Amino acid sequence: MAAPLLETRDLSMRFGGVQAVRNVNFTLAEGELRCLIGPNGAGKSTFFKMLTGQLQPSQGQVLFRGHDISRAHAHQIARLGIGIKTQVPSVFDGLSVRENIWLAASRIHSGERVSGVVDEMLERMGLTGAAKRLVGQLAHGQRQWVELGIVLSTEPELILLDEPAAGMTHDEVYKTAELVREINRSKALIVVEHDMQFIRMIAKQVTVFNQGSVLVEDAVENILRNPLVRDIYLGKQAAA
Amino acid sequence: MNARTLNFIGLGLVGIIGVAFLVLTPRLAELDTVLEFTVYMIMAILALSLALIWGYGGILCFGQSAFFGLGAYSYAIAMFNTGESTIPLLLAIALPAAFAALLGYFMFYGRISDVYLGVITLTVTLILFNSVNSTAGPEFHIGVARLGGFNGIPGIPPLNFPGNKAAVIDLEGMFYLATAALLATYFGLRLLLASRFGRIIVGIRENERRAELLGYDPRAYKLVTFTIGGALAGFAGCLFANWGNFVSPTIFGLAQSAQIIIWVIVGGRGTLIGPIVGCIGIQWLNTALGANQPSGSDLWTKLLANAPLILGIILVAFVLLVPKGLVPTLGDWGQLLLRSRTRRMAAGLKPKQAEEG
Repeated sequence: MAAPLLETRDLSMRFGGVQAVRNVNFTLAEGELRCLIGPNGAGKSTFFKMLTGQLQPSQGQVLFRGHDISRAHAHQIARLGIGIKTQVPSVFDGLSVRENIWLAASRIHSGERVSGVVDEMLERMGLTGAAKRLVGQLAHGQRQWVELGIVLSTEPELILLDEPAAGMTHDEVYKTAELVREINRSKALIVVEHDMQFIRMIAKQVTVFNQGSVLVEDAVENILRNPLVRDIYLGKQAAA
Repeated sequence: MNARTLNFIGLGLVGIIGVAFLVLTPRLAELDTVLEFTVYMIMAILALSLALIWGYGGILCFGQSAFFGLGAYSYAIAMFNTGESTIPLLLAIALPAAFAALLGYFMFYGRISDVYLGVITLTVTLILFNSVNSTAGPEFHIGVARLGGFNGIPGIPPLNFPGNKAAVIDLEGMFYLATAALLATYFGLRLLLASRFGRIIVGIRENERRAELLGYDPRAYKLVTFTIGGALAGFAGCLFANWGNFVSPTIFGLAQSAQIIIWVIVGGRGTLIGPIVGCIGIQWLNTALGANQPSGSDLWTKLLANAPLILGIILVAFVLLVPKGLVPTLGDWGQLLLRSRTRRMAAGLKPKQAEEG
């Protein structure tokens, strides 16, 4: 078996007396698309923050293509090829849409090439018409597209998406699922999401987090049938 | 008219006004006015140094006067020791830059928060003030240059043409030099900000975490920005030491530090022309109010002669009413005006199109 793209070993994060993530052993193969689900406070966002260097784990290791990145800085991890779309869109609010994409694209391209790459990405995200507008003035859904555009422009090997469909309209959710599938043709992804419909549209394999640990890991159809998962998480959704 | 054309028109205007000012002032104005303008130009360079690091780099530095003072002292001390100004001038830029780099390294790589950064830079300035202030005795000297403590260093020899000791730059020459240096600084910074580096530091100002997650190291970019700001302030300090042939510890004082921040607040952060306008405007007002000595006993005359009070009121008014600063606010108004005109023109066109259709 080929070495995994990403692997965590006994990864743990403790904030004072709170154990946010507990001994997580997680592996992701090259080119895989994995969904992470779990109730609020299950440790999914903390897990993402440790993978991207925003938090240094209290214990355990993160290996990306065999390199230990648990103590690396966020910018070094980004350069190795992990990109993240955060839960609350993290964009450059005071700059135009075009400038936002430019900043990302110019990290890996230089000279004349940047401008062409930016145009392509604006087109792909459906943002060409809004290119000159300030990102801070855009609607929430459009800001999500800007952030996705930023992340994709740095051409990472592994993309982490933290609730990409949150706050989107039905059509936008559909469009996002299409895009995720398209990205997955060449890149690996980990997607945190609450929207079960969205997960059905994209996922094959699902990992369920609960109280900082991995509860279960299985194919999407088995997860949806798993009574344990229903209990802690889906029960609420199914009732709603 | 798009933003790019407006940008070019703006640059052209600054260039034309700058060159006209440079050429015409010595021909039209008395020598004392030319001297006054010289110090405005020097201070405007100092204003630009903070405009870069605070306005674009997002680093609020209370210690710009530390670099300014270091530049002035470096020049003075080196000049007494060498007698030829090429090396002193270079030292006046290199030493403050190196000091800024060292200080910046510990602040940025130590991940000091913004508030503490302000506190540290302010403290460094006050430490320099107190240290230099207490060097009055004859035992405090570097080479042949006595530091002079609170009395400062008088009689600093002026700049000369590089390599030619005898070709000293006179008072009018200082005006040309300071004005040309200001123009060069302005256009140089415009170039820097239009470059990849400049766009990235603005990105870091807007969202440091995002820039980091894209693979940029904010610490390195901030350090370089801070060092350039230190070098510019040092250069301004060198010109200042030349202008008055004198430097004293008040150059490191709290008043001087605060003043630079006020120029940038009044003129507008995030622009270069704003801090220049803010600096020259306030300096001019300072002189005008100071010259208006109280002759009568009437309250108004006395009040108007109180320059610090008037400046204080202006600053409070700006912070409360024009928080973005003069130039950005004027820009906003201009845009509003332009937009409403376009809308009116569009409204005027519509009925006609309807008839044609």
